[in-house]
Amino acid sequence: MQKLYLLVPLAPLIGAFIAGLFGCYIGRAWSHRITISLVFISLVASIAIFMDVLEGNVFNGSVYTWLVTGDTRFEIGFLIDQLSATMMVVVSFVSLMVHIYTIGYMRDDPGYQRFFSYISLFTFSMMMLVMSNNFLQLFFGWEAVGLVSYLLIGFWYTRPTAIYANMKAFLVNRVGDFGFLLGIAMVLMHFGSLDYATVFSQAPQLANETVELIPGMHWFLLTVICILLFIGAMGKSAQFPLHVWLPDSMEGPTPISALIHAATMVTAGIFMVARMSPLFELSETALSMILVVGGITTLFMALVAVVQTDIKRVVAYSTLSQLGYMTVALGASAYSAAMFHLMTHAFFKAVLFLGAGSVIIAMHHEQNMQKMGGLKKYMPLTYWTMFIAALASAGVPGFSGFFSKDAIIEAVGFSNIPGVAFAYFCVLVTVFVTALYTFRLIFMTFHGTPRMDTHTKEHLHESPWVVTFPLIVLAIPTIAAGWFIAPIVFGSYFDNAIHVLPQHDAIEKLGAEFTGIFGMILHSFSTAPFWFSVGGIFTAWYLYIVRTDLPDKIKMRAGPLYTLLDRKYYIDEFYSWIFAGGTRALSNTLWKIGDVKIIDGFFVNGTARVITWTAMLVRRLQTGYIYHYAFTMIVGVFVLLTLWLYKF
Amino acid sequence: MLFGLPLLSLIIWLPIVVGLVVFATGNDRNAQLARLIAIMGSVLGFMVAIPLYLQFDSSLSSMQFVENHPWVERFNIYYYLGVDGISMPLILLNCFTTPLVVMAGWAVIRERVSQYMGAFLIMSGIVNGVFASLDAMLFYVFWEASLIPMFLIIGIWGGPNRVYAAIKFFLYTLLGSLLMLVAFIYLYQISGGSFSIIDYHKLPIPLEPQILIFLAMLLAFAVKVPMWPVHTWLPDAHVEAPTGGSIILAAILLKMGGYGFLRFSLPIAPDASQYLAGMMIALSLIAIVYIGIVALMQVDMKKLIAYSSVAHMGFVTLGFFLFNAYGIEGAMVQMVSHGFVSGAMFLCVGVLYDRLHSRQIADYGGVVNKMPIFATFFMLFAMANAGLPGTSGFVGEFMVIMGAMKVNFWYAFLAATTLIFGAAYTLWMYKRVIFGSIASPAVEGLNDVSKREFAILAILAAAVLWLGVYPFPLTDVMHATVDDLLAHITQSKL
Repeated sequence: MQKLYLLVPLAPLIGAFIAGLFGCYIGRAWSHRITISLVFISLVASIAIFMDVLEGNVFNGSVYTWLVTGDTRFEIGFLIDQLSATMMVVVSFVSLMVHIYTIGYMRDDPGYQRFFSYISLFTFSMMMLVMSNNFLQLFFGWEAVGLVSYLLIGFWYTRPTAIYANMKAFLVNRVGDFGFLLGIAMVLMHFGSLDYATVFSQAPQLANETVELIPGMHWFLLTVICILLFIGAMGKSAQFPLHVWLPDSMEGPTPISALIHAATMVTAGIFMVARMSPLFELSETALSMILVVGGITTLFMALVAVVQTDIKRVVAYSTLSQLGYMTVALGASAYSAAMFHLMTHAFFKAVLFLGAGSVIIAMHHEQNMQKMGGLKKYMPLTYWTMFIAALASAGVPGFSGFFSKDAIIEAVGFSNIPGVAFAYFCVLVTVFVTALYTFRLIFMTFHGTPRMDTHTKEHLHESPWVVTFPLIVLAIPTIAAGWFIAPIVFGSYFDNAIHVLPQHDAIEKLGAEFTGIFGMILHSFSTAPFWFSVGGIFTAWYLYIVRTDLPDKIKMRAGPLYTLLDRKYYIDEFYSWIFAGGTRALSNTLWKIGDVKIIDGFFVNGTARVITWTAMLVRRLQTGYIYHYAFTMIVGVFVLLTLWLYKF
Repeated sequence: MLFGLPLLSLIIWLPIVVGLVVFATGNDRNAQLARLIAIMGSVLGFMVAIPLYLQFDSSLSSMQFVENHPWVERFNIYYYLGVDGISMPLILLNCFTTPLVVMAGWAVIRERVSQYMGAFLIMSGIVNGVFASLDAMLFYVFWEASLIPMFLIIGIWGGPNRVYAAIKFFLYTLLGSLLMLVAFIYLYQISGGSFSIIDYHKLPIPLEPQILIFLAMLLAFAVKVPMWPVHTWLPDAHVEAPTGGSIILAAILLKMGGYGFLRFSLPIAPDASQYLAGMMIALSLIAIVYIGIVALMQVDMKKLIAYSSVAHMGFVTLGFFLFNAYGIEGAMVQMVSHGFVSGAMFLCVGVLYDRLHSRQIADYGGVVNKMPIFATFFMLFAMANAGLPGTSGFVGEFMVIMGAMKVNFWYAFLAATTLIFGAAYTLWMYKRVIFGSIASPAVEGLNDVSKREFAILAILAAAVLWLGVYPFPLTDVMHATVDDLLAHITQSKL
C-alpha cells in the first residue's frame, strides 16, 4: 500500500517531466497518451487507497527527512485518511476528465505538450498538498499549485491581459501565503513541531495560552494562529478581500479554469481549514471571522455574477460565491458539510466550465453571451449536461448541489457562533441569486433567438467526443454525488479526520433530524431555500425568455447600482491605486532619494569630493618651482632661528 | 588526507598556479589554449573539493584537514589552515562556481582571454584561502588579495562606466577592511602575541573592547555582505562587471562578509554581538524591506538583481543575530542558495546581454517567443529568487523566518514581506522581459541558448532543485559546527 501512496503523486510528475522536457521529440499524440495514462494510474491508485481507507486503514508516516535543524526534523510524509483519500479521488478524477477534454480543446494550440505538462504538474502538486502529514509539505504543495496556476493563467503569454492576470494571481496569493507562513512559524514556535499529529494532540493544552504581539494586548495564541492560517486560505480560496485574482484568472485556457480555478486548487483553502479543525475549533474568534468573510463572499460575489456578460466570468463569480458557501460552513463548524459541498461543487462546476468551453469552441472563441442564444439545437449534449449542472448549482432538490447546500444552510441555522445571523442571511439570499445567474447563463446561451453573426451560425456544431465525453462522465456525479450525504456528512465518515467540539456541533443536531434523502427532499418543499431557488429560476426565465426587453430597462433604472456591480465594487481600481501605485511611488522615492541622493550622493561621493577638494588645496603647495621651495626654506630657517634665539 | 596530499593547500594553490600558467599563454593568439587550460584547472579544483567533502567528518565540530607551518616567525604568523562545517560549504560553492564562470566567459570574452581566465582562477584560489585560513594575518592577506583580480575584472572587461565602478568597489571595500586589520593587531596585543583565530575565540575580553572590536570588524564585513546602508557599491559594480564577474561577485565574494561574521565577530565578541544584536537585526530588516521595495522600480536588469541580492543577503545577517540554530543554519543555507540563484540570474541576464547588448528591461519583451528553452530556465531561477518552495531559495528564507519568529513576531513579519516584494520585483521583470509579443526587431533576431549556455544553466538548475528538494546533506555538514558555535556565543566572555 505504501508504494501505492508514492505512485499517486509521482505518476503525474513523471508525466509532466516527459511531456515538458521531451514533448517536442515524442510529439503531440504521445504526449497526451503518456500523461493521460499516468493520471489514469494515479486515479486507479487513488481509488484503491480510498477503498482501503474505507476499511479503516489509515496511514501516517514519513517518506524522507527534508532537513534537520536545531532539535527539529522536517519530514516529507503522507497522512492518508478519509479526508485526504476523498480529495485524492476527486482531484485525480476531475484531472483525468480535464486531461481528456484538453485533447479537443487545445487541438490547434502550438503549446499542446506544454499544456499537458502543466496540468500533470498541477496534479502532482495538488496531491502533495492533500496527502501531506505536516505543515511544511502543505506549504510546498500550496505554493506549487500557485506556481502552476501562474503558468497556466499566462499560458497564452503574448496576450497582455493574460500576463497581467497571472502576475496578479501570484502576488495576491502571495499576500495570503505571507499570513500562512507566519501562521506556520507560530505553530513551529509554540508546538515545537510541524507534524499534524503532534500539533493537534497538543492543541487543547494551549487553548488558553495568550501572546502579546502588541504591548498591552493579550490575544489567544490559537486565535492568532488560526487567523494567520486562514489568511492563507483567503488567498488560495479567493475569499473577500483577496478574491480579486480569481475572475482575472479566466484569461487562461478553459480546461484549467475548470480544473484549477473551480474544482480543485481553489478548494485547497477549504481543505486546509477542515484539516486544521482541531485548531480552529479552539478559537471561536477565528470561526466567527471565517463566517463573516465567507458570508460577504457568498452574497456579494453572487450579485456580481448577475451582471456579467462573459460566459466564463459568470461561472468564475459563481465559483467565488460557492467557495463562500464552503467557508461559511467551515465557520459554522460544519466541516463535513463544507467538504461535501467541495466535492459536489467540483463536479457541477467542472461541468459548467467545460460546457462553457465547449460553447466557446463552437462560437469561435466568442465569450460574450449577448452574442449567443439558441445554441440548444446545435449542441444538445453540451446543453443537457450544462442544464443538469445548472440545476445542481441552483440547488434544485434531488441534484447534488441541493444536498450539500441545504446541509450548509441548515447547519448555519443551528450554529451559535457570533456573526452567524449575518452569514445565515447571506447564504439564504444567495440561493435566489445563484438560481438567477445560473439560469440567466443557460437561457442567454442556449435559448431564445440566435444573436451571433451568420458566419459563426453556419459553422455551429456539437463538439467532438473528447469534449463531450468528460461532460457526460462528470454529469453522473453531478446528479448522484448528493445521495451519499448520509454517510459523508451525518455519518461517521470523517470522524477520524475532522474534530468538532460538542458545543459547536451543528451537524450533530442536523443529523438528528435527518430522515434519509427522500425525507430531506420532501422537507425542503416547506423551507425557504427551495422557494428562493425556484423563484430565481422563474425570474431568470421571465427576464431572459419572456420579457427580454426588461433587463435593459432594469439596468437603466438601477443606474449607479448596476455600475457598482459591473465595476465589481471598484475593488480592483482601489487596489491598483493604493497598493500597486503606492508601492511604485514608494519604491521610486526610496531609490532616487534614499539611495541615489542621500547614501550615494551625500555620504559616498560626498566623502570622495571632500578628499578631492582637500587634495586640491594641498597640491597647491607643491608647485615644482625651485624658487618657491628655496623661498619656503629661507622662511623656515628664519623662523627656526628666531625661535632659537628667543627661547634660549 | 588523500594519498597524504595537503588538500587545503592544494585547493588554494592549484588554481593559483594554473592561473599563472594561463597568464603565461600570452596574448590572444593562444586564446583557445588559455581557455582549455583554464577549464581543466577549474575542473581539477572542483575535483580536489570532492575528496575534501567525502572525507569531511560532519559529526565533528572542530577544525579538520589542519595544516600548520610557521610563516613569519618573528610575529608568530603561521600558515595555518583548516575547515569546519561553516567554511566547508562555502569552499564547495566556490569550487563549484569557478568552472561555470570559465565556461560562461568561453566565447564571450575575446580580448585578453588569458588574463581574464587567469584572473578567475587566481581569484578562486584566493577565496579558498580566505575560507580556509585560521591565522588572522593569513586571512587578511587573502582577504585583501581577493580585491585585486575583481578590480581588474571590472576595470578591464567591464561596461562603459567601469572605471568609476571599479574604483568605487576597491575603495569602499578597502576602507572597510582597514579597521579589521587594526582589530587584529589589537587582538595580537592582548592575546600575548598570537594571530591564531582559534586562540582569539577563547580570549576573555571585557565588554567595551568587545564592542570596539565588533564595530571595527563590522565595517569590513558589512561592506562585503553588503548590509544597508553600505551597499551602494554593489549595484554599480554589478552593472559594470562582465557576466562572469557578476557571478563571482554575487555567488562568492559577498559570502566572505557573511563568513567573517561567523568566524570572527560572533565567536570573538559574543557579548558585543548580543549587545548590538538589535541594531544588526534592524539593519538586516531594512535591507530586506527597503531594498526589496527599491528593487521594484529598477529599469536595469542587473541593477534589479543586484538590489535583490542585497535583500537576500539581509536574510543572512538577520539569521546570524537571532542566535538560534534555525537562524544561523538558515543563513548558511541562504548563502549557498544565493550563490546558485543569483549566479544563475546574472548568467541569464548575461545570455541576453551577449545577444542584444542591453540590460534595460524596456529593450526587451516577448523573448519567450524566440528563446523558449532560455525562458524556461529563467522562469525556474526567477521562482527560486522569489523563494518558491522546492527551490533552494525557499529553504534559507524559511529557516530564517522560523528563527525570527522564535525571537519576535514582528521580525518574522517584516522578513516575510519578502514573499510579496520578492515575487513582485522578480516576476514583474520576468513579465516585461520574457512574456508578451515580440517587442522589437532586435528581439525578433534572438537565438535560443547554445549548447554551452544550456550546460551551465542546466547544472545550476539541478543545483537549485536539489537543494530545494533535499537540503539535508548541506545542513548535515554544518550541524555540529553550528551547535558548537551557538553554545560558544551564548556563553559570556566577561
